Amino acid sequence: MTMIQALRSAMDVMLERDNNVVIYGQDVGYFGGVFRCTDGLQAKYGKSRVFDAPISEGGIVGTAVGMAAYGLRPVVEIQFADYFYPASDQIVSEAARLRYRSAGEFTAAMTIRMPCGGGIYGGQTHSQSPEAMFTHVCGLRTVMPSNPYDAKGLLISCIENDDPVIFLEPKRLYNGPFDGHHDKPVVPWSQHPLGEVPEGYYTVPLDTASVFRPGEDLTVITYGTMVFVAEAAARETGVDAEIIDLRSIWPLDLDAIVNSVKKTGRCVVVHEATRTSGFGAELVALVQEHCFYHLEAPVERVTGWDTPYPHAQEWAYFPGPDRVGAAFKRAMEA
Amino acid sequence: MSQSKPLSLHVPEPTGRPGCKTDFSYLRLNAAGETRRPPVDVAPPDTADLAWALIRVLDESGNAVGPWAPEVDSDLLRFGLRTMMKTRIFDARMVIAQRQKKMSFYMTSLGEEALGTAQALALEDGDMHFPTYRQQSLLMAHKVSMVDMICQLLSNERDPLKGRQLPVMYSVRKSGFFTISGNLATQFVQAVGWGMASAIKGDTKIASGWIGDGATAESDFNTALTFAHVYRAPVILNVVNNQWAISTFQALAGGESVTFAARGVGSGIASLRVDGNDFLAVYAASRWAAERARSNLGPTLIEWVTYRAGPHSTSDDPSKYRPADDWTHFPLGDPIARLRLHLTLRGLWSDEEHEATQKELEAEIVAAQKEAEQYGTLANGRGPSAASMFEDVYKDMPEHLRRQREQSGV
Repeated sequence: MTMIQALRSAMDVMLERDNNVVIYGQDVGYFGGVFRCTDGLQAKYGKSRVFDAPISEGGIVGTAVGMAAYGLRPVVEIQFADYFYPASDQIVSEAARLRYRSAGEFTAAMTIRMPCGGGIYGGQTHSQSPEAMFTHVCGLRTVMPSNPYDAKGLLISCIENDDPVIFLEPKRLYNGPFDGHHDKPVVPWSQHPLGEVPEGYYTVPLDTASVFRPGEDLTVITYGTMVFVAEAAARETGVDAEIIDLRSIWPLDLDAIVNSVKKTGRCVVVHEATRTSGFGAELVALVQEHCFYHLEAPVERVTGWDTPYPHAQEWAYFPGPDRVGAAFKRAMEA
Repeated sequence: MSQSKPLSLHVPEPTGRPGCKTDFSYLRLNAAGETRRPPVDVAPPDTADLAWALIRVLDESGNAVGPWAPEVDSDLLRFGLRTMMKTRIFDARMVIAQRQKKMSFYMTSLGEEALGTAQALALEDGDMHFPTYRQQSLLMAHKVSMVDMICQLLSNERDPLKGRQLPVMYSVRKSGFFTISGNLATQFVQAVGWGMASAIKGDTKIASGWIGDGATAESDFNTALTFAHVYRAPVILNVVNNQWAISTFQALAGGESVTFAARGVGSGIASLRVDGNDFLAVYAASRWAAERARSNLGPTLIEWVTYRAGPHSTSDDPSKYRPADDWTHFPLGDPIARLRLHLTLRGLWSDEEHEATQKELEAEIVAAQKEAEQYGTLANGRGPSAASMFEDVYKDMPEHLRRQREQSGV
């Protein structure tokens, strides 16, 4: 399956298993989503389970909070992560705090899917990676898969989870893995082992990172598209990098990070999002706090620049394998 | 046409400021009994006239007149009056407790007691209200434990919300009272979502959303109307127009020359404009809207015309922005006085009974306060444990919160 098909399959499985699961968002119903992630689901489950919504992110998330308070398990879509901002109040002030402020009387078991990330000439409002906007909010879970197998298993886990989850989908990975080499043809998921996805129900646990590539020289902490970029950088530099795909961005798998950095003594954090106050800052702080005496080099960060995501300068902005590889070398030489 | 004069910005002002009298002629008023009562399956555009008129039942002499005069048994009316009195006495008592520094903050609902009381009685068990911070009369009508309420206000050891919430931000799920948020208007959309959920499940429960005149300017107001209309959600959308948003007159929220009920019609929602200080009108309109919602005929928006008689909160001094005696001039009067007059006229209430009820409720509230204070007050610092601060952020406490709890040494 592609990541699109895997996500669709996860929603299909959960619609079948749990009558309280409902799916809606802009263009999600009849049309099946602008990325085809909900294709055919309305025809299969009916309009009261899968439906189109007005163009109102605050309304989509706000009604979902109300539905969750009733006892449904809404899975809503924001068409692009770049457009979640109008729903900020409902996400931060409501969904994230419902359980806490009501001492558990009301809860928000809901999943908000948002296609994110750049590398597609999406320009300023079709490329952003706003994960740090969510990881800073207490009460939210933030998750991002990097491949079809994880995408399906993680999405099922998120839908079943009783906390509100922000599920970020790197749209650059929807049809195939992407290592940042934009000048080379993209290989489809059908030719990648992680494109093999079981038809039925399975889960990938939350709060659990995966070691995407084992290595001894340094630890790369990353997620989403950057997992493949980091792998390319390791291949091209010859640095034996251990690549940790966080999968659950926050709450995260601290043990996986600490065990790896203590082993390698070097760490590079990689994300597409802009640098300052990005999630990388939290990762660097955690590594510093928990691995200080094992570090043999300063912790490096390779990220998007502190600018809005440009259009023409796509590949000067996107942290590709050359920039990531250069950081590997700096970390090894320090 | 050539533009010769410079443009000027229009900034609405209330007619009455401290030291002068408010001209209440801006309120579009009708006499009791004058406004028609449409069938519950009325098409939303056909309510346009009702959104610009005012539904009233009780006339100046206390008689119930016109098509909206509901058939209500006398016990319900007597309970309604008692509940409004209870709300008002409770409010007054809690303001004193706030001044005595037993609690940090309070908000009264003086003058608005009819709204929550009558609507609670018009709805059914299992329906869910999405209130603002000024619908405590809903809790009183549902006979919620005043001890529990005061414990929340005191943030003490018995606070059902474990000291996490500012006073007044109650949450009482079992009584159909959704957790109050400090962020205005958010619950208006959530009410629509709750109603949609009830419809998705083929349930028979309905939702009731509440918002003030000032908060209609928040984007969630518009959002709620759109979603309620699009999905024909079983929901009552209550706009409490008490004329004031802290210091801001309702004209600055967009009420100048228009009604808030008219916004509903513009969104394709059946809309009513009702005398909010007329207990019988509030009950009748709420019943009408509830029947409409429960019959799957769609949402109703109701603008309740009332007056915020008290300060916005214990942190507010209204004499700095409006006339001190404003309420005495408000044409729709006092909801308690008006229902009392009606019941007295019908021989269902007397001055003696009023006095006795007043004393009885005062004693009840004093006793509840005494009991609640046994579990601590803000002043004596007997609050919930600091360790409980880390609970309920997530369903299960994640590793980082366990570490922080340990670090905090609690």
